Amino acid sequence: MKIPLKYILRNFMARKLTTFITIAGIALVVFVFTAVLMMAFGIQKTLVSTGSGDNVMITRKAANSEISSIIGPDIQNVIRTLPHIAKEPDGNLVISDEPVVIVNLEKQGGGVSNITVRGVSPEIDQLRPQVKIIKGRMFTWGLRELIVGDAIAKRFPGAHLGSYIKFAGGNWKIVGIFTTNGSGFDSEIWGDALQLLSAFNRGSTVSTVTLKLDNPENYDAFKKAFNSDLRLQQYEPIIEQKYFAQQSEMLSTFIRVLGIFITIIFSLGATIGATITMYSAVANRTVEIGTLRSLGFNRRSILSAFLLESLLITLAGGAIGIFLASFLQFFSISTLNFSSFSELAFSFALSPSIVVSSLVFAIIMGFVGGFLPSVRAARMNIVTALRAS
Amino acid sequence: MADIIQVKNVSKSYWRDSIETSVLHDISLDIKEGEFMALMGPSGSGKTTLLNLISGIDKPTRGEIIINGTDISRLNESSLAKWRSNNIGFVFQFYNLIPVLTAFENVELPILLTKLSKAERKQHVETALNIVGLNDRMDHYPKQLSGGQEQRVAIARAIVTDPVILVADEPTGDLDRNSAGEILILMERLNQEFNKTILMVTHDPHAASKAHVIRHLEKGDLIQETV
Repeated sequence: MKIPLKYILRNFMARKLTTFITIAGIALVVFVFTAVLMMAFGIQKTLVSTGSGDNVMITRKAANSEISSIIGPDIQNVIRTLPHIAKEPDGNLVISDEPVVIVNLEKQGGGVSNITVRGVSPEIDQLRPQVKIIKGRMFTWGLRELIVGDAIAKRFPGAHLGSYIKFAGGNWKIVGIFTTNGSGFDSEIWGDALQLLSAFNRGSTVSTVTLKLDNPENYDAFKKAFNSDLRLQQYEPIIEQKYFAQQSEMLSTFIRVLGIFITIIFSLGATIGATITMYSAVANRTVEIGTLRSLGFNRRSILSAFLLESLLITLAGGAIGIFLASFLQFFSISTLNFSSFSELAFSFALSPSIVVSSLVFAIIMGFVGGFLPSVRAARMNIVTALRAS
Repeated sequence: MADIIQVKNVSKSYWRDSIETSVLHDISLDIKEGEFMALMGPSGSGKTTLLNLISGIDKPTRGEIIINGTDISRLNESSLAKWRSNNIGFVFQFYNLIPVLTAFENVELPILLTKLSKAERKQHVETALNIVGLNDRMDHYPKQLSGGQEQRVAIARAIVTDPVILVADEPTGDLDRNSAGEILILMERLNQEFNKTILMVTHDPHAASKAHVIRHLEKGDLIQETV
């Protein structure tokens, strides 16, 4: 393109009001688009960070969530005989037999929400060392005490330190608040697995068994041993991190698809705005187009100049939209995770690929919005254009 | 002097709603190299149409236009654009400067289409602005210049590529008497000192009197020759 960039940039600045309004419209749409992607990515990031790469979770094959999985005591014992399970210095296996149930709690601001309550075994310190008690203390094994994730403590007035939660016919005292730095565990309540099993009359039947491998590289060998035991045919092992990543897929895909669908409808309005702005730019600069063409600039140069101007407008809008959306990272919200039917708190998360996707989205709006006016400018008859003076 | 512009049996018609409007009828015209010709005639006589055909921004319906040995009526769109940038300098009635560019940048526009380096372009632009006497206004935007100064910038833009032919459509039509006089002196100088062939459309007999040859058009026909 031979037409100087300063011509495009200065024209961009010359029509301040219309350019500003168009940029604002594009920025709004890109903000929504980016926010949707950040929300979906935030859910994924939260759940992926929940699991550990060297832990293996065992569930019943047909179960699509922890609460629908059942593992009896005989199977728990068979699992303990498998090779490559990490041991504590005293020889105990690093393994946690976990009942997972859902209870209702009143939310701050009204309404009731499902909360995951997870029973854990004493080896939990070794299994999930990322858990940090930030207030109070760890529950006492053998007592009806609970620790709650900080996302729950913040959002549920009945889940504060020292308060009691009533479920399974008893009152459970909250003795500690824990954090796992924003993972899905922060949206759970934990207690002694044996106490929970007893309270819910489950005998020794748990939901899942999670164990630490002695070496993450031994996963294939562990899985081979697992699959070769006929008693375990109804169960399947999966890396804990992968399990939670799969749990995020349904919700994040739903948010992404719905959000992008809505944003595309919004983008039609913004694209029409860009088209009107560019048609007006072409109409106002008809004589300039005729002059440039008569000086020897060809149709392609004119097309490129106007298309670039449209792309600059939408790129500016896109950059503003992304910049504003980036502040959403300071906010966390909660929603119902379809996979676990329980509350999941998460933060909006921005990634380089979201920035690129949003800029590409803005560029597409600029291209679509600017194409027809640019073609009109390029196809303009020189004599007719010059007569416009 | 050889004929630099040869217009042979050129006709031009426009169609609107399938109705043909004939603007030029079988025009033949020769212009010698270094000649200064004025085209006069009433509004709607076809002066500007003939100027547009000779400058390659419009195409004849019939006939040939040979400029410096090239039949421009046979050139395609992109070849014609390139030919214009190399051979023709345009001066418009309303100057047609780009308002967002400075005088320097406006004059530089045509040579952006050449392979000249930035330093060479600067030299060419300064030379052109020097010729029109506006070296001290090169950083001014069109709205910061008077009408006469704007037209001088437009003339600098027309000559910056050193074209063989200058076409001017009512170059003094939007100027006061003094400014118009300055522009005509400048055009005479370009013709005499720099040997530019000039074809000027004008209503103004005083402007036309500066030309070597005056041709009159009436209702699409060349009617007489005044030397």
